[in-house]
Amino acid sequence: MSPISHGSDWDFDLLERYNTAIARVAGEYKLDTYPNQIEVITSEQMLDAYASCGLPIGYPHWSYGKEFIRNEQAYRSGMQGLAYEIVINSDPCIAYLMEENTMATQALVIAHASYGHNSFFKGNHLFRQWTDADAILDYLVFARRYVMECEERHGETAVEEVLDACHSLMPHGVDRYRRPAARTIKAETERLEAREQHRERSFNDLWRTVPEAPAERKPAASGVFPADPQENILYFVEKHSPKLEPWQRELVRIVRKLAQYFYPQAQTKVMNEGWATFWHYTILNRLHERRLVDDGFMLEFLNSHTNVVYQPPFDSKYYSGINPYALGFAMFCDLRRICEKPTDEDRSWFPDIAGSDWNKTLDFAMRNFKDESFIAQYLSPKLIREFHLFALADHTNEDAIVVDSIHDERGYRRVRKLLAQQHAQEIRVPDVQVARFDRDGDRSLTLRHQQRRGRPLTEAAAEVVKHLRRLWGFAVRVETWEGDARVGDLVECAA
Amino acid sequence: MPLMFQLIDRRLNGRGKSAVNRERFLRRYKAQIQGAVKEMIGERSLTDMERGGEVRVPRRDISEPTFGFGHGGDREFVLPGNRDYVAGDRIPRPDGGGGGSGSGNQGGEGDGQDAFAFSLSREEFMQVFFDDLELPNLMRTELGRAEKPSNVRAGYAKSGTPANLALVRTLSQSLARRIALRGGLKREIEGVEARFEVALAVGQADEAAALDSELERLANRRTGLAFLEERDLRYRNRVMRPEPVSRAAMFCLMDVSASMDEDKKDLAKRFFTLLYLFLTRKYGEVDLVFIRHTDDAEEVDEDTFFHGTRTGGTVVLSALELAEKIRRERYASGWNVYAAQASDGDAFGADPARSARFLREKLLPATRYYTYLELSGACESESSLSTPLWSEFERVADATRSFAMRRATHRGEIYPVFRELFRKGSH
Repeated sequence: MSPISHGSDWDFDLLERYNTAIARVAGEYKLDTYPNQIEVITSEQMLDAYASCGLPIGYPHWSYGKEFIRNEQAYRSGMQGLAYEIVINSDPCIAYLMEENTMATQALVIAHASYGHNSFFKGNHLFRQWTDADAILDYLVFARRYVMECEERHGETAVEEVLDACHSLMPHGVDRYRRPAARTIKAETERLEAREQHRERSFNDLWRTVPEAPAERKPAASGVFPADPQENILYFVEKHSPKLEPWQRELVRIVRKLAQYFYPQAQTKVMNEGWATFWHYTILNRLHERRLVDDGFMLEFLNSHTNVVYQPPFDSKYYSGINPYALGFAMFCDLRRICEKPTDEDRSWFPDIAGSDWNKTLDFAMRNFKDESFIAQYLSPKLIREFHLFALADHTNEDAIVVDSIHDERGYRRVRKLLAQQHAQEIRVPDVQVARFDRDGDRSLTLRHQQRRGRPLTEAAAEVVKHLRRLWGFAVRVETWEGDARVGDLVECAA
Repeated sequence: MPLMFQLIDRRLNGRGKSAVNRERFLRRYKAQIQGAVKEMIGERSLTDMERGGEVRVPRRDISEPTFGFGHGGDREFVLPGNRDYVAGDRIPRPDGGGGGSGSGNQGGEGDGQDAFAFSLSREEFMQVFFDDLELPNLMRTELGRAEKPSNVRAGYAKSGTPANLALVRTLSQSLARRIALRGGLKREIEGVEARFEVALAVGQADEAAALDSELERLANRRTGLAFLEERDLRYRNRVMRPEPVSRAAMFCLMDVSASMDEDKKDLAKRFFTLLYLFLTRKYGEVDLVFIRHTDDAEEVDEDTFFHGTRTGGTVVLSALELAEKIRRERYASGWNVYAAQASDGDAFGADPARSARFLREKLLPATRYYTYLELSGACESESSLSTPLWSEFERVADATRSFAMRRATHRGEIYPVFRELFRKGSH
């Protein structure tokens, strides 16, 4: 077969032909995707899209302006290039291509976003559980309109105050576990009837004659509300805040919904990028094998690809954390290797998957994990060696940082466990929950910060509490607990 | 099967989507930005006063707080790229507490932590620059005189260029025409049909055949009604209408005698530049008159005024008289006249008193606002608190509201003085 095109110029006809070729290969690997919608935009529009977290529509807020200015500045001064693409988890899956890209880059982006990310969005359990791909765009339109209507009615400042406060609590506005759906009236009636019937069936008059133990007087716990701590602070505010107006509640809800929408993305960064990178690499190589793309295309593609998956060492000036593209790509490639050409080490570490069908194994991994569990499950000693991963321990009672473990026989499991923990949401966001709402008293709200291993909150916490007080309308208090001991208070009184 | 692939060209969509957010950001941090602009004005050279500029805002002022982990406590973290560490090695803590080079999580925030820098466009810059300022005594009665044609909409016309075709209007015309014609035809057809039935019933075959062909003709006419006809077309109509513009004449008077050294002239120029920029924003049309004087006054062009050199004595009155003469000749009516005078205050003999009287009696009644800026060198600022001109003009200032005077000794003072003179509601 002859190559689809030569040279770096692209046009819409070529985009379609590349897409057809890529779709065919993706089909051979059984990638299950939403329909694709590819939109070509300019670099300025890309900057716009950046500012609103990649969403095509957003409500107006100054923080997006700040983000826009920051990106624009960095881009204009050459400190930062723009991403080649942005992809939106929606049905159809929308991917943005920049018009400045060359043909090879466009093809790379189509494979990466429209087939890699797309299939991840459709398959991964977190996305399936938490996001509603076919409704998100409509919701964004609604949110934007609602916010703007509120601005008209109540003034921009009033709306901004609520949004600022909500934004500061956004990381604490997600449900990490699904709430059971409220029972319908019918189900509730049936349940009560079933209970009644059970009581009638098992009625035995004898029980009446058994002497009762004197009723123990329980300490009056009735005042404590909520009965269990609530981790979703924004949800609690929305439902129980004594002072919020209905429109303010709706704003809280909008921010909460957005936070929830982004929640799976934050937890699957490594997997999502790794998966997409793995597939653009695999698909484009396949196209090259079939001679559908020429060598020049391949060289350009490999150049971009290697830039993306480069992991600078910790002491490099380019180092800025572990590159999710690099780690994720390496792990999926390594999984394929373990399936296809397992070594003895692999057999002992991964007895279940060594030698299995790689396509199925990868698909299973993609569907059922998040970063934390994915790394805990699949990071192989070989990769730990290749990345030269090592763990440092920074403890207050030590006068130096201690090397905890390195990439050797004794350290593999420890490094893997620590790296997995590092990617857990709980490690990145402090554990702050709603502990008490004094409904019958001064209506104050008490948050409980569960401190672990002596790691305190930043000073910004005081600001967050102020924001929360604005939403709540009455005193808000944060108690810090370490284990079962109360460590300190951060009090903000109602003015 | 659903459409699996869709390609959309969005390049033509608007690109200013973030403009509203950007504007909100600027408004929120107005105070900080104003401070930054103020500093910038002091440093800038005259020629690029009008350019945009880079503004720095302290990062902590604009941060969005969230609950996060502070320094301290116990933690472990994994890093890539180990070279020669083995388990149990001890690495001394880097200075500056907890974070430091080792902690990859915070590495990204390292650069430029103290300030958030960004550029303002020229428009935004001027906006901040002249925020809250207004022209005193701007009288709307003077607006009607000058006119500028502007293109306004004026209903619809039956002829025009295709680009101006008003689609909705055209189609509603067409719809109305079709409804009207079809209704008439329908009634006619019904009538003929009835007669046709009757003819058939009584057996008049000739009559029936004639009616039948008539029916066919009518049916053809009905189906043949054109969807769109020439007479349906409507075009958006535009006409030129003269619009009044407000216009101003501004007199810049500067003393360029020997006692005005380069520093003072620079100060004066800055002041005039600000005034000029400000007026061009407020008026559709601004006429500038530059008058410089030593012992006699002359009208010069802008370039000579700002950059030319001349030396000599000082007679203030000459400049005032020239200004008044020009005003009478060119700007006698229909103009808002403003004047600004810059001088070091040197004047001799009877000149200050006569100038003051001339000002009060001739010039001031005809001007909206007259500002006098006295410039003194940094060293002499203390000693010469009251120059001859200053003390004479002070009496003028007491007597009339359309006259204001200020002193400036330093570059950085020009902008505050300017703001003070033109602050909203200060007059």
